[in-house]
Amino acid sequence: MIPRFAMKSKVEPNWPDYLAARAQRTSESRLASFFAQGTLDPETPIGEAPLVAMDFETTGLDGSRHDIVSVGVMPFTLSRIRPADGRYWVLSPRRQLSDESVAFHHITHAEVADAPDFATIIDDLLGLLAGRLVVVHYRQLERTFLDAAIRERLGEGLLMPMIDTMSLEARLHRQSLWARLRRWAGRPMASIRLHESRQRYHLPAYTGHHALVDSLATAELLQAQILHHYDWQTPVSALWR
Amino acid sequence: MNVEQLDIRGHLAQFAPFDNLPDALLDRIAGEVEIRYFQAGSELLVKDQTIESLWYIRSGAVEMYQRSGRLFNRLSEGDIFGYSDLLRSNRRVRYPISAIEDTLIYFIPGDVFEAVCEEDDDFAEFVETGGQRLKVTVEQQRDDSGLMTTRVRKLINRQPQMVEAATSLQQAAQQMRDANATCVLVIDVTETQSAYTFTGPDGRHWQLNGILTDRDFCTRVLAEGKSSQTPVGEVMSRKVIVIQSDESVYEAMLSMLRNQVHHLPVLHRRQPVGVLHLSDIVRHETHSSLFLVNNIFVQNSPEQLARLSPEVRTGFVRMVADGANSEMVCRALATIGRAFTQRLIELAEHELGPAPVPYCFMVLGSMAREEPTINADQDNALVIDDSYDPARHGKYFEALATFVCDGLAACGYPYCKGDIMATNPRWRQPLQVWKAYFTEWMDEPNGERLLHSSIFFDLASVHGEAPMVEVLQDLIADLAPQRPIFLAALARNAKNRTPPLGFFRQFVMDQDGEHRKSINLKRRGTAPLTDLVRVHALACGSKAQNSFARLDDIAETKLLADGVTERLRYAFEFMSIVRIRHQADAIEQGAEPDNSVDPENIDSRERHHLKDAFEAISNAQKFLSFRYIMPTKQGAASAGDNARGRR
Repeated sequence: MIPRFAMKSKVEPNWPDYLAARAQRTSESRLASFFAQGTLDPETPIGEAPLVAMDFETTGLDGSRHDIVSVGVMPFTLSRIRPADGRYWVLSPRRQLSDESVAFHHITHAEVADAPDFATIIDDLLGLLAGRLVVVHYRQLERTFLDAAIRERLGEGLLMPMIDTMSLEARLHRQSLWARLRRWAGRPMASIRLHESRQRYHLPAYTGHHALVDSLATAELLQAQILHHYDWQTPVSALWR
Repeated sequence: MNVEQLDIRGHLAQFAPFDNLPDALLDRIAGEVEIRYFQAGSELLVKDQTIESLWYIRSGAVEMYQRSGRLFNRLSEGDIFGYSDLLRSNRRVRYPISAIEDTLIYFIPGDVFEAVCEEDDDFAEFVETGGQRLKVTVEQQRDDSGLMTTRVRKLINRQPQMVEAATSLQQAAQQMRDANATCVLVIDVTETQSAYTFTGPDGRHWQLNGILTDRDFCTRVLAEGKSSQTPVGEVMSRKVIVIQSDESVYEAMLSMLRNQVHHLPVLHRRQPVGVLHLSDIVRHETHSSLFLVNNIFVQNSPEQLARLSPEVRTGFVRMVADGANSEMVCRALATIGRAFTQRLIELAEHELGPAPVPYCFMVLGSMAREEPTINADQDNALVIDDSYDPARHGKYFEALATFVCDGLAACGYPYCKGDIMATNPRWRQPLQVWKAYFTEWMDEPNGERLLHSSIFFDLASVHGEAPMVEVLQDLIADLAPQRPIFLAALARNAKNRTPPLGFFRQFVMDQDGEHRKSINLKRRGTAPLTDLVRVHALACGSKAQNSFARLDDIAETKLLADGVTERLRYAFEFMSIVRIRHQADAIEQGAEPDNSVDPENIDSRERHHLKDAFEAISNAQKFLSFRYIMPTKQGAASAGDNARGRR
């Protein structure tokens, strides 16, 4: 993927500029090479964009106090998802695994006891993300946790553009005029959680809270959202944040 | 990566032709699947485009069109398409396909498809013969769902719940509750890999060490006073009976019976992939025997229905081979017989127009008792509303009866030799005439009327105004207990046919016709038994029709000594199943099924049981004459009161 920097883009923040600047500044070689690959031209139609769905299971919701316990990554495009290309890692959290989180994602104390540290997967992970636009459901979580985990181990953070299927869903179901009317009329808001969002597109129900399953679920959800509400010509800059 | 977690394999494994693939091939396909979402209304395949993959519908539905634009086929979850185009040398699409619902597709790459066709003959045959549901015959469908051929994994539809031995009982129970599961498997990490371990998603070696079922929570936890914080490992059953996902459902059923368990963990190699519960098998079996019934209701002419009749026999043989008991077999046959009758009536009404006055089509005898065998003939009659005017409506009901009875004969239910059919004007009458018949038969019994009672007093509605038949059932149940002369005469008749046992318990053979040295199990066994059960049932005012149900009602009264109804039930089941097996054997050997069994062909243990069964009937017959004494003039009323009073 050859990065072409479209300086005319009015999207804030200007991701190509940001990545180019980081590539110049960083002293960490792995990050430098990642940033040097840049991101997509903001005008790239989403139908042509190489994408990668990513999902973390964590010990909690606070990136500064909690840790990643598993990572699922699924490279895809709007025309194909190849599950065989997906990757899944169980990681050892540096901080205590609480009983609540065990109950939530079914990764047990014993499972993580001998698991590797996040540091060991950085190369593989960055290799899968480079040159692809990352797709997540609720970017706040993946973005903060990835940034924090990289910062702890490499001394610098890692930010990149992401498409958030949850915020796309929120735009349609929470911020539209119709949604506001509904709320004004006292009707409950549409749920924008992964499972409920998928139901609106008649996607099948999967067993939730497994990072790889959820990354596949997110990839399928984006395919459905684009077909129903956008089209393959929509520029990525209209979707990423 | 571990594709199994994505449940692609599990989904494929539930549907033909993947359901019968060996695990290795299924693994390979699941590992190569690609996925794409299509919106409702979009075109999936356009005519003449090249096709590179086999398309599998993970969810949603599509339609396939012929060249003329006519709808050709409609496919949904678990169906495949594109295989016939893939098999052509130019791989061009013949029939365009579009999504009628939002659809998620699994693509199986063409080279993988070819490799699987190459390696698995059944798979190849399925796709080469256009094995889509559209063209699959009843025969194949039923074979597909047979207990012998269906693999266990087809019945598994979700991941097993697993906990470690250190987990507290409460946590395990919560997990079971949340997953709506009836058991948990107990697994633990082991240091070394062995023949008993499997590799978890974390790359470590795990071993299945125990199982804890909801029943265990009663017997091993509450009854033993264990605290909710006790580790699961302390109370679990350590003896885990498992089955491989490749095994047949029949094998699973045997294993459950042999080991007295209701939960069977299913392993794919050594990895637990699900838990089979006894109820899963029952559900599966019911479904497959109902298949023929579904098929009956979509046929549009008596000729089409008649074409299904060989299926009844093969289905019967399969059920017997699968180890069904007589009640299951007979109920299935009754359901099928009713379905044929109902469909024929619907077709008749379609041809003749709606009935001018309400009516009810009823079946009599073994069909009404839900105890028909494979060679049962038809017994039926019409009850018509009292507004019936023979001059104006007679022709309609005559035509209806002829249509249905002829149709039944074509479908393998021979005409009744005694002419007990709706085509007989005598048995095509308004309700009030029926009431008069029945009352007369009970008030003034004679030879013919008793014979009729033993057929007509087993009655059930099949189509139309069921309450009309209920009125007649009520009438019988109300009157019969108060008609001691009738009961006594019926009891005497019930003793006409005696079990074939000599004084020293040796069999007494019939010497009739070509069946030299044989015992007619119907005439000498099940028929006398149903006759005597009917007498008791009528005496106690039971409205049940099925002999087992009648025995239940009789057991509620003090009519028979303790344990007698149990012995009769056992005798009935045993004689019925011997007769059924005999008939299934005959069909398999290409012979006409009959009721005559040569005791020499029965093994010695069964022969012994058969003698016990006959003896039970013989004793019960003796009791009849003791119980239902032909009353003298003064005694008539009190004998009747007696029968009623003991309910």
